[in-house]
Amino acid sequence: MNKKEPLLYISKRESITWQKSWMIRGIAILLALVFCGIITMLLTGLNPIEVFSTIFYGAFGTMRKSWVTAQKLAILLGISLAITPAFKMRFWNIGAEGQVLIGCLACAACMITLGGKVPSALLVLISLAASLAAGALWGFLPAIFKAHWETNETLFTLMMNYIAMQLAAYFIIVWEVPKGSGNIGIINQNSQAGWLPVLGGQQYLLTILLIAVLTGFMYVYLTYSKHGYEISVVGESHRTASYAGIKVGRVIVRTMVLSGAICGLVGFLLVSGNDHTLTTTLVDGRGFTAVMVSWLAKFNPIGMIFTSLLLVVLERGATEISSVFSLNHSFADILTGIILFFIIGSDFFTNYQVHFRKAKKEVE
Amino acid sequence: MFDFVSFIPRAVMQGTPLLFGSTGEILTEKSGNLNLGIPGIMYVGAISGVIGSFFYEQSMAGQPLNGFWAIAIPMACSLLGSLLMGLLYCFLTVTLRANQNVTGLALTTFGVGFGNFFGGSLIKLAHSDVPSVALPATSAFFSKHLPFADNLGWFGKIFLSYGFLAYLAIIIALIASYILNHTRAGLHLRSVGESPATADAAGINVTRHKYLATCIGSMIAGLGGLYYVMDYACGIWSNNAFGDRGWLAIALVIFTIWRPNISILASILFGGLYILYLYIPTGTQMEVKELYKMLPYVITLLVLIVVSLRKKREDQPPASLGLSYFREDR
Repeated sequence: MNKKEPLLYISKRESITWQKSWMIRGIAILLALVFCGIITMLLTGLNPIEVFSTIFYGAFGTMRKSWVTAQKLAILLGISLAITPAFKMRFWNIGAEGQVLIGCLACAACMITLGGKVPSALLVLISLAASLAAGALWGFLPAIFKAHWETNETLFTLMMNYIAMQLAAYFIIVWEVPKGSGNIGIINQNSQAGWLPVLGGQQYLLTILLIAVLTGFMYVYLTYSKHGYEISVVGESHRTASYAGIKVGRVIVRTMVLSGAICGLVGFLLVSGNDHTLTTTLVDGRGFTAVMVSWLAKFNPIGMIFTSLLLVVLERGATEISSVFSLNHSFADILTGIILFFIIGSDFFTNYQVHFRKAKKEVE
Repeated sequence: MFDFVSFIPRAVMQGTPLLFGSTGEILTEKSGNLNLGIPGIMYVGAISGVIGSFFYEQSMAGQPLNGFWAIAIPMACSLLGSLLMGLLYCFLTVTLRANQNVTGLALTTFGVGFGNFFGGSLIKLAHSDVPSVALPATSAFFSKHLPFADNLGWFGKIFLSYGFLAYLAIIIALIASYILNHTRAGLHLRSVGESPATADAAGINVTRHKYLATCIGSMIAGLGGLYYVMDYACGIWSNNAFGDRGWLAIALVIFTIWRPNISILASILFGGLYILYLYIPTGTQMEVKELYKMLPYVITLLVLIVVSLRKKREDQPPASLGLSYFREDR
């Protein structure tokens, strides 16, 4: 038995067509959905078709539900777009949570302190600028340390999340209405000062349109601009980049400032355009989910529309299921986790080939 | 006068889950796996223990519990739950070579969801008629301390007033520290984390070391969750009560620059910082307390920066931290 070829061995794929790689993912998602269906069936006793129709109803069942789904999609997609340039550069920014929240905080700060003192349109612009600046600062700090001293960015950005969160908690108590309630309530409810205008009677339409524009911009920026090219070179290898005359440190800082600023923009949209309030859980873990959205789509902004749609629909659907069956709403997180595990696992088959000993058959 | 006699025991109790988590994560990171799933794993460790003892208490139907089983069942369930999470992480990142950051975050999403879902739905799923998941009987076994501790005044209160898991955390941290620094197994493990290609060439089984370190690390971290719910929270599960302690445990890993023995004191320090706001007189300014809660994170950040500025070699993260290893890669 000894000296025999191992039962299976693995080799790296030279290249793979995008059709094939998306097909592998499609299969993985399908398997994951079947698996989720089985889990749901076991817990609730629904039959599989009912499971998926309930999920679909939860996401698109009524006009109102569809709008909320679209809004959630826009926000998640926005955050995913924001972190993508950094990830493409292999800068593991898991601080989107904090970067968005600090944007929210800056926006809320402007709305509260300047509400009624300046015209509403000007106030919107001021809070937009403040949010962008705050987000950019939260991106700049880890980047400058990474660029100069190789400080681990994953851990740095992680800590920045909690600093942002405690700052928000601090200001929430400073501004709480009424005193002692521990929350701010709707900001400028009567004057609506600093609120984004409502387009066509649909509160979320403007947010959705802005994110759509942002998607296009990010696609062009990453694919066709010089900056985008520099980002991919730095992502491949710092050394290659500096031989090619790219100033690696400058690219890192520039990209992270952009990344943070877009996070700040999403924070602005959340506060000024959607929720009109500030809580420490406003971002609700989406800064972390965005990492997965972006990575699942291979950092392709167009692909991210689909990956974020998948996760948002699943989340809304699972929420529907858990409220119908009075189960805990964290059911959505379990389903999301399962889908993610399958897709993460499937990635192996797009990067590597498995060969069996006798039959020279490829296994996808 | 600052009340140390009541402050230190509370700091230790806050610090113990962090100590479990950070010891587990240090072992894991020493093998080159940056497991960001630790917060999720700690949730799973906690809820698995709760599920185990919930069914045990139900099956006893009000009769007094057997001390051995009351401790062994939750422990075994907790270890099993976190072991499965560790195996899942290893399978994805080591065998399938997936990205560690993404896998870890997915694991955290899943684990926290798992904990909250079963914590919130356990009663309904088990068709039981109790109002909430409360396990005071089991908790009493977990938080039992030495009977004569109460007679020893401040000494007993500071050193002897904890449940056995708190001491176990310290023992595990000391053992981990010894193994990492003074045994051949530890040397091999560290070499896998620093340079898997070199370790592989030297005949060390990289895959096995990564699996072992990560799975054992996960199980240790899971005990942190169990300690929290059974001892600290008196056996009462409430959703999201565990909070961000898992992330704080990861912060602690950086803070102690990958040394479990330092972690023993550092976890107590972190635990103290976590509750310091309760002991600082702020008068009517409630908001200042929120700033005190920021301290552990700010201090960790400063340590991270200082360590990277000093560039001292023994203080650096394992060199291949966060990277998957594929033998045929160049």
